[in-house]
Amino acid sequence: MTRLLIRGGRVLDPAVDMDQLADVLLEDGVIRAVETGIEVRGAEVLDAAGCWVAPGFIDLHTHLREPGQEYKEDIASGGRAAVAGGFSAVACMANTDPVNDDPSVTDFILDRARQDSPARVHPVAAATKGLKGVVMTEMSALRDVGAVAFSDDGKTIMDTGVMRNVLEYSRLVNVPVIVHAEDRTLVGDGVVNEGPVSTRLGLPGNPAAAEDIHVARDLTLARLTGARLHVAHVSSAGAVLLIRRAREDGIQVTAEVTPHHLTLTDEATLGYDTNTKMAPPLRSRADVEACRAALAEGVIDAIATDHAPHAVHEKEVEFNEAPPGILGLETAFPVVLDLVRLGELEPLELMRRMSTAGARILGVSGGCLAVGQPGDVVVLDPEGRWTYDPAKGYSKSRNSPWAGQELTGRVIATVVGGNTVYHSDRGVLVG
Amino acid sequence: MIGRDLLGIEDLERSDIERILETAERMQEIGERQVKKVPTLRGRTIVNLFFEPSTRTRASFEIAGKRLSADVVNFSPGASSLSKAESILDTALTLDAMDPDVVIVRHKVAGVPKRLADSLRAPVVNAGDGAHEHPTQALLDMLTVKQEKGRIDGLTVTIIGDIAHSRVARSNIYGFSKMGAEVRVVGPPPMLPADVESLGVKAYISLREALEGADVVMALRIQLERVQGALFPSIREYAATFGLDRAKLRYAKDDAIVMHPGPVNRGVELSHDLADHRPSVILDQVRNGVALRMAVLYLIAGLAPGEESAP
Amino acid sequence: MRIAHEIVERNEKPEDVYIVAIPNGGVPLGRRLVENLEEVAGQRIPMGILDTTLYRDDVHTTGERPLLRVTEMPSSVDGRAVILVEDVVNTGRTIRAAMDALMDFGRPRSVQVVALVDRGHRELPIKIDYVGKNIPTRPEEKVHLRGEDGDLEGLLEVVVEAAGEGA
Repeated sequence: MTRLLIRGGRVLDPAVDMDQLADVLLEDGVIRAVETGIEVRGAEVLDAAGCWVAPGFIDLHTHLREPGQEYKEDIASGGRAAVAGGFSAVACMANTDPVNDDPSVTDFILDRARQDSPARVHPVAAATKGLKGVVMTEMSALRDVGAVAFSDDGKTIMDTGVMRNVLEYSRLVNVPVIVHAEDRTLVGDGVVNEGPVSTRLGLPGNPAAAEDIHVARDLTLARLTGARLHVAHVSSAGAVLLIRRAREDGIQVTAEVTPHHLTLTDEATLGYDTNTKMAPPLRSRADVEACRAALAEGVIDAIATDHAPHAVHEKEVEFNEAPPGILGLETAFPVVLDLVRLGELEPLELMRRMSTAGARILGVSGGCLAVGQPGDVVVLDPEGRWTYDPAKGYSKSRNSPWAGQELTGRVIATVVGGNTVYHSDRGVLVG
Repeated sequence: MIGRDLLGIEDLERSDIERILETAERMQEIGERQVKKVPTLRGRTIVNLFFEPSTRTRASFEIAGKRLSADVVNFSPGASSLSKAESILDTALTLDAMDPDVVIVRHKVAGVPKRLADSLRAPVVNAGDGAHEHPTQALLDMLTVKQEKGRIDGLTVTIIGDIAHSRVARSNIYGFSKMGAEVRVVGPPPMLPADVESLGVKAYISLREALEGADVVMALRIQLERVQGALFPSIREYAATFGLDRAKLRYAKDDAIVMHPGPVNRGVELSHDLADHRPSVILDQVRNGVALRMAVLYLIAGLAPGEESAP
Repeated sequence: MRIAHEIVERNEKPEDVYIVAIPNGGVPLGRRLVENLEEVAGQRIPMGILDTTLYRDDVHTTGERPLLRVTEMPSSVDGRAVILVEDVVNTGRTIRAAMDALMDFGRPRSVQVVALVDRGHRELPIKIDYVGKNIPTRPEEKVHLRGEDGDLEGLLEVVVEAAGEGA
């Protein structure tokens, strides 16, 4: 019988609205007790004085790159980066090579995850074969082997008829369809947010309207079909407005926002650093404020990293040739802690958006510290300062706009299934 | 202050521009000598790194460097970067190993000179990057206007054409604004960039209104291949609406001058007659380009990291 | 006036003389010399201005690039007796630069040098043909000339500034 006692922390359990000093006892991989003054013999003790103790983070949006692009990341390195960032579970996107559009690929990912990854891995399968936006995948079979959602992510389904059918069919398996909402014909060659910044840079602009139009389309289709729609990485004020209205109208829609879209504006791009190139692009101050307000309000449910590793040689090219995306897992907590520091979000609400919301949207375990639940816990020091060096991180890639910066907010320990898989003093402890 | 690199006019102060123009005016005299050469940059190496072909700008820099006695090396790795993903980094390291004293960079993508400047030990001069900046072109345009009009302050400058895709337009907008001129831009709406007025210009879609009271009229080169990009319906319609001829020029001031960065699409941006004769000053622009680039090379070549050439 | 006389003595054909002043200090002196020569020889001698900055041997040893000054050479130097005019000569490096520059304009018959003040710390084999005053100074001292009017040799005030004071 293995026992872990996390003692003396501020326990934040959004699932039951708990925010108080307490001890947490894990036994045989599950949560056994959450109360003050637990005394137990033979338990490993983790001192959490001054720390927050919360359900392990759950990332709705990660690119683990395996199979096919292991030079950027693989399930082992991505899993380590996840637990180093406080994530006990990640949902991985389907744009691997081969694409995760077949149960055998889903199986492979889950197999590899069981062997190599200290974090739980929940595969998101492709919505259409080969992410081509034409033929639907076998959602039922994929669901049966463990796919938790369907998405073509960056290969936005442009054909509205196909999108309708995908949403209709997804009702059969009752899992969300995740959309990267951007009208690719309007994006064109755009690589930065269209506005004063794109004009100054002389780079082709990508207007927020491209996002707004597709969010509007997909919300309309969600209403038409009654399917569960999840909007990935919301970045525009227009999209926020549309999602708020849709929720008021009772449409089944959830949404996520990334740490970078909550904290960086397009002005970060002014030095042509390709580590500020993402899809959707970093947007204006007004867009960032709209996203922050929507997150606080609950119109946006969750924070998701869109962790997108790319090799140095892929990013060290001309701005418009560089692939979009940045690392996110290892920096997410300190970056979004900004919202707590500025008084926009209570700690309990931040934990809800980092953990509980993801579990609820994907229908997976975790996100909760109730007795009997899997022992997935994160211990956080909100005052801990450290300097982020991607070269010393767990991801195989280094593409981060926060490289070299001092960050406040530190993961002290990550516990998955009752085992401490990461500790700030000792690093990742398994695999 | 004039820093090590010349990446864009946006980074310069008015006093920097004045210093460069004044230096260029002194350089003009060298071009009138029998021996058009001074020993100033003897033993210095200038690399013309042109990823995008441009015979005119490259020749202008090459002549400028040679008139200062520098050794000028032309290096054209070709435009295709898709075929070699590491081109920027590789090129930077390779060049650095050859210890050049200044590297002149032209690239079709905005930001490449800036990225190279971040990693090279030698100073970098931007010879045009995508739709971002073309600082030496704007400086030679300002030199031309200063000599034609005796001043820049208080003039009205109208730039016509594809502002969205023009580095010449951006550099001139920054430059003429900093020097105290009023800058207007005009063109078909799809050719005006988003929030262009945030650059401090007034945007027009009527050519007549934009020309009203203008002292300087600058027509930009239209990339004819953009017709297929459907930014405007046809060359004929563009020429009729925004092409400059003597009749339309009457809307501007009587003594207005006409400029063009070249090469001119005759009968499109400018009528045939305007391309060749006063009040167009296109050949003066070309001539001034050499002196202006000599000034830039004189001020920048060989500067060590962190050094500045003028207070 | 004395220097004008000496120039006329040494140059048999005053019409071949070409005054070339080195800015900034040599320019007012050159103008004065042209006037004096007109009085002495009864002829208007042509004058050019030649900036030596681009011929300096130290122009790229420091970060800051010196300001360029005007060069105006209205007549050809070919076959002329060129008289370089400088206010203060010390190391001789400026005169060396001026001679190099001059050769880019043609082939003078001879080159002579006028200096109002010779400080004497020569670093190159340069000889001054016509000197206003020899003023012994330490190398680190600076010499300023004040005033522009009146006779060439007489009315300019020479101020020696100790090292470390002002610029």
